[in-house]
Amino acid sequence: MTPVIQARALTKTYGELVAVDGIDFEVAPGESFGLLGPNGAGKSTSMRMIGAVSQRTSGELTVLGLDPDTHGPEIRSRLGVVPQEDNLDTELTVRDNLIVYGRYFGIPRPVCAARATELLDFAELADKAKVKVDELSGGMKRRLTIARALINEPAVLMLDEPTTGLDPQARHVLWDRLFRLKERGTTLVVTTHYMDEAEQLCDRLVVVDHGRIMAEGSPADLIRTYSTREVLELRFGSTRNAQMAVELADLVDRHEVLPDRVLLYADDGEAVLARVRDRGLDPTTSLVRRSSLEDVFLRLTGRSLIE
Amino acid sequence: MSADVRPPASGEVRARRRRLPSSIGALYAGNAGAVLGRALLATRSSTWMVVLSGFFEPVFYLLAMGYGLGTYIGDVEVAPGHTVPYAAYIAPALLAVSAMNGAVYDSTWNVFFKMHFGKLYQAMLATSIGPLDVALGEIGYALLRGAVYGVGFLTVMQVMGLNLSWTAVLALPALVLVAFAFASVGMAITSYMSTFQQMDWINFVMLPMFLFSATFYPLSVYPEAIQHVIMALPLWHAVELVRGLTTGAPGSAPWGHVAYFAVMIAFGITFTTRRLRALFLR
Amino acid sequence: MSVDPARTATDELSYRDEALAAAVRPRRFGAWYVAEHRLRSMRAYGGTIVIGGIGQPLLYLLGIGLGLAAFLDQPIASGAHGPVSYLWFVAPALMASATITVALDEFTYAVLEGFKWRRLFWAMNASPVSPQQIATGMVIAVIGRMAFVAVAYGVLVVLFGATGSVLGALVTPFVAILGGLAFGLPLLAYSASIKNETGQFAVVQRFIFTPLFLFSGTFYPLATLPIWLQPIGWVSPLWHAAEVGRTLSYGSPPGAWPVWAHLLVLLVMAAVGWAVGRRIFVARLR
Repeated sequence: MTPVIQARALTKTYGELVAVDGIDFEVAPGESFGLLGPNGAGKSTSMRMIGAVSQRTSGELTVLGLDPDTHGPEIRSRLGVVPQEDNLDTELTVRDNLIVYGRYFGIPRPVCAARATELLDFAELADKAKVKVDELSGGMKRRLTIARALINEPAVLMLDEPTTGLDPQARHVLWDRLFRLKERGTTLVVTTHYMDEAEQLCDRLVVVDHGRIMAEGSPADLIRTYSTREVLELRFGSTRNAQMAVELADLVDRHEVLPDRVLLYADDGEAVLARVRDRGLDPTTSLVRRSSLEDVFLRLTGRSLIE
Repeated sequence: MSADVRPPASGEVRARRRRLPSSIGALYAGNAGAVLGRALLATRSSTWMVVLSGFFEPVFYLLAMGYGLGTYIGDVEVAPGHTVPYAAYIAPALLAVSAMNGAVYDSTWNVFFKMHFGKLYQAMLATSIGPLDVALGEIGYALLRGAVYGVGFLTVMQVMGLNLSWTAVLALPALVLVAFAFASVGMAITSYMSTFQQMDWINFVMLPMFLFSATFYPLSVYPEAIQHVIMALPLWHAVELVRGLTTGAPGSAPWGHVAYFAVMIAFGITFTTRRLRALFLR
Repeated sequence: MSVDPARTATDELSYRDEALAAAVRPRRFGAWYVAEHRLRSMRAYGGTIVIGGIGQPLLYLLGIGLGLAAFLDQPIASGAHGPVSYLWFVAPALMASATITVALDEFTYAVLEGFKWRRLFWAMNASPVSPQQIATGMVIAVIGRMAFVAVAYGVLVVLFGATGSVLGALVTPFVAILGGLAFGLPLLAYSASIKNETGQFAVVQRFIFTPLFLFSGTFYPLATLPIWLQPIGWVSPLWHAAEVGRTLSYGSPPGAWPVWAHLLVLLVMAAVGWAVGRRIFVARLR
């Protein structure tokens, strides 16, 4: 299948700073593609280049078969963009926000009105249609922003950190809505620094750090390749963690010391815990869990995603 | 009024409020000074050009109108047989206008913005400060700043020889009184406003007062009926009071004007208090 | 719900063709969509804009044009045929100062709101419209508001008999709008360049707008001012627009600048502000 987005050696520099450093990726139609990485990894810059609002410094980029440098308006007219920071018109009502935005795509007013009604239902905001945006909660504003991004029935929906700053319940509501879009076959491009979000939403993702792609694959593939099946988390108290890690290093192939805990990577976490106890060591707390993308990231960069 | 001005939801604060009798005591903690102090600190870090600009505006008007336009206008009669140059005629009016503008701005836009957007008051009210402390503190700050500008402009007038009598010294307390009156009424009105659009209407009241209150020419150009309407407006009283003091025109009666402003202050404070109680002590 | 129906075997060509077709209208009308949005936002302030647009000229014409005039001892201004009424003299200046006030209102906080406070320009930017179209759309909307104010003034001027030529009064609103843009477009460029508002607009209002309003030969001929203050008038859109309006109303006295010179100054100021403003919009949004 021909990709909807294709990047080859894509690079963006601001003076001395290299924000995106020669990345390659492709997004297939109907795919849900993620860019996972910490703040400042170059995710938003990549999104701006795909969104045809920032010119690349070098490399190749094709979006919907067009070059953003020459066909910005064409590309933007078929994208839906959910920015990191809400930029709704707080002086207008919820419904008017959708209609006014639809007009920017040259959509006739009656069509905008009809789509606004559908989208308000989809975003579960129908009962707020006449309310000023100011009065919405953070989660509602995000859902409205997503509804707004869908007003032009986009070929690709781009979401930059869609749930940053939302409480857990609001995040789940939002994920549910995005999942429905995915089921309908909407192509999604998502940036996030939350591993759970990436695992929930993305079919395939690239792990980005310092403007480079560190790894690529489905969440399950990445975990299989770069981590063990399970992780044993032990807490010995902040002063003893480092020393304990040295003592336990021979039990597993790989371990990591974080300020507040020691991570031991193993396919059978309970078995390792039993061997720790056999040695007469008694951690304050212990937890066996499945490996996550957080562990992948730690493995690839030596750092945590959220610092 | 929108939900923005409700007190913080902290149960402890609410409980404390409920125990207090619904009197001034609940609104006023005798700590307006803390609010004033914060405002002064904020001034120190504000742009000095902005602070200076407040002083220059009436000076520009004085130069453009008093001297420029004054070349076409001879002396003006301020009392029977007592005339003054045009610049000396409008300078006190500009002083009164700037006292009004400053006080109204500080007690309306400034307070409105902080109430609805700055969330500053929620923070203040969560401490032991009551809404009336906030109100008085803000008004106190507005008056202090107005007095500083007043001293500046009176100095300019002195240098230009536009203070014609020793009573010009009394113009300063008069200005503070005028500003207090406008600020307390402005605050009362603001406490009833909930949107920027409503705030815009304040300008519509200010402009005609500025143009018609014997600011640039005497009331005698108007038909008598209109004269009576203008004489009911606060800015006319302010202009007459200050003009009487700086020109030393014989026969001017300051006490009537002073009484007018005393009533305005009583009215403004009463309504502000009543409204704040309704808003904050539910 | 018809949002993005599932596509399984889509070829690149259909995506491409769809995009090429979808951008035709935004490429052509993008600026008008921005203007439409801005005018819709102004509706929230519709009451004050309408009442202010009519009330302000009414008050100024009464207070200055009639009230102050009644108090003047001698004629202030002359036209081609000798002394003219004070009302005739101030009316064109008051109209131009009204459009300039609109510019001060619309090209300051609204611009910062778009870039920073509510980030509306960034939302527009993600749509097919270009930064240039965003800037143009803002200007179209403001011209709309200026036109309303200027025409309201024009009607009152005719009703008050504040013009020597009714035909001239029909043209004067256009001059006033040009004056408003000669002040407003450089201001737009400045506002677009501001990253943090720390009172710059208050300074613009009191150190630029107020002196321009007072020292531009608004209330008496510019020549009345000492020679060292007259340059304020020469660089003031208000003076140039007012002088053209006066010529249209009662003809210019001997020794006045020719009309084309005034118009040229206004056009150059507007054009420079426009060119710089658009560049700043592009630099900031791209």
